[in-house]
Amino acid sequence: MDLRDLYQEVILDHNKRPRNFRVPDPVNRKAEGYNPLCGDKITVFLYVDGDTIKDLAFQGTGCAISKASASMMTDELKGKTLGEADAFFERFHTMLTAPATSEVEMDALGKLAVLSGVREYPMRVKCASLAWHTMKAAMKAEHEVISTE
Amino acid sequence: MSSKNLGHAQSGAVASPFDVQKLRRDFPILSQKIHGKPLVYLDNAATTQKPQAVIDAMVRSYAEDNANIHRGVHLLSERATRAYEDARVKVQGFLNAPDLREIIFVRGTTEAINLVAQTFGRANIGKGDEVLVTEMEHHSNIVPWQLICEEKGAQLKVIPITDAGELRMDLLDSLLTDRTKMVAVVHVSNSLGTINPIATIVEKAHARGIPVLVDGAQAVAHMPVDVQAIGCDFYAMSGHKLFGPTGIGVLWGRLPLLEKMPPYQGGGDMISAVSFKKTTYNVVPNKFEAGTPNIAGSVGLGAAIDYLKGIDIAALQAYEDELLAYGTKALAAVPGIRMIGTASKKASILSFVMEDVHPHDIGTILDQEGVAIRTGHHCTQPLMERLCVPATARASLALYNTKEEIDALVGALARVREIFA
Repeated sequence: MDLRDLYQEVILDHNKRPRNFRVPDPVNRKAEGYNPLCGDKITVFLYVDGDTIKDLAFQGTGCAISKASASMMTDELKGKTLGEADAFFERFHTMLTAPATSEVEMDALGKLAVLSGVREYPMRVKCASLAWHTMKAAMKAEHEVISTE
Repeated sequence: MSSKNLGHAQSGAVASPFDVQKLRRDFPILSQKIHGKPLVYLDNAATTQKPQAVIDAMVRSYAEDNANIHRGVHLLSERATRAYEDARVKVQGFLNAPDLREIIFVRGTTEAINLVAQTFGRANIGKGDEVLVTEMEHHSNIVPWQLICEEKGAQLKVIPITDAGELRMDLLDSLLTDRTKMVAVVHVSNSLGTINPIATIVEKAHARGIPVLVDGAQAVAHMPVDVQAIGCDFYAMSGHKLFGPTGIGVLWGRLPLLEKMPPYQGGGDMISAVSFKKTTYNVVPNKFEAGTPNIAGSVGLGAAIDYLKGIDIAALQAYEDELLAYGTKALAAVPGIRMIGTASKKASILSFVMEDVHPHDIGTILDQEGVAIRTGHHCTQPLMERLCVPATARASLALYNTKEEIDALVGALARVREIFA
């Protein structure tokens, strides 16, 4: 597999200029994510109004895959209801953890489909999923540190 | 006793001049291709590769001599026992330990340190006491001491480092106090390559009657280790970082200390008599080797030591120093690279960060070029925090690495730059 399938332009772009890399104001839910394998740390901030994610942002350090995944996640989920965000998490997670050879429904993933190359690199799946697990914890307003282990 | 080679040959073995291409042929794994490119294995600080002689010795142990030790009266058990105890003799020679009983087989460096913390530490560290470690320790020389400190109400103290990654020796005198019950220090840093001034630390600690444990995991494959010359009280090492198998390691300790220490684990082989009223323990080292040990592992470790006897240590050190200098210079020439760990005395480790590229991305791209390195915090999170880096990329050398492989590393880093342009 070519490295360019993993490090696609859109991923490199989100790594270089991460969207919503900030602390939103107001914010009413947040969670911290941590990957003890590599030391990557991320904080995901949410502003939930009623059932809708009005604002979504993140801060932290990580590799290109983890930063791009977090950045694209904030773009994708902003404005969605908690239920819709949860359903998207499930689709994204299934795509990441499905065997590389299996057919995955990419259309429903929108722009996030560019991260499907990660499946070819099992050691990097956690990089792509860290922000998402942290977001899920933030939606439930679990304030403790989330670990990928 | 000769100290001319790493195996501390006592008789028979003749050291040959250093020929890296010939050595490489002894390691079958090195000839394979990774993602279609020749394997460039630069993750030796994580684990070293094994020469055919070690693999053969372990296969022979299972194929011809397999039985439990110290128990059976049958011939196979006798052979297995002899092989296990022969390995102990080889380790004694390797470390130049004064007494064979001072060699305790464990699973690895981590278990060796835990053994000392849980036995010597538990018996000697009390409320308000202090254990002194360094800022560059591996988690395995931090956490075992934290556990015993928490249990006893003692305090873990830390020798800081400089930005270059050298110990602040000027602070040592003030950190050694009447409450210090143990100094635990790494011989060679796994993240930085710094060779610490162990003999000076031992001298200062002993002047106050404080014992010293040395974590030798990263030292043994790169320099002669003579525990009597070092003067420490405990020395811990792993077989798998010395071209031997995983799951076998060694704790060396001074006999009078070992004899006074309570057992580590209870079970078979560590007892001399058991009744429900009272059990009397076996003598050292058996007291610390409960249960069936890693017999084939000990045989493999012995074979690794035998293998090293054939290598001239002075020539090996000169070769590795040259390789390290070559690598340091080559990496310095790569735009955007900053070396982490620039001590004046270093061994084997090229740790670095690259501007705007996370070490994990470097690691994945290098792997596609056949170059295996380690990326992350290298189990030294406090050190990473001190150096203000979340992680590093680390190339670590062993005796079979070449300048061509350093060139391959540098070439692969150019590919990283290209992708992250």
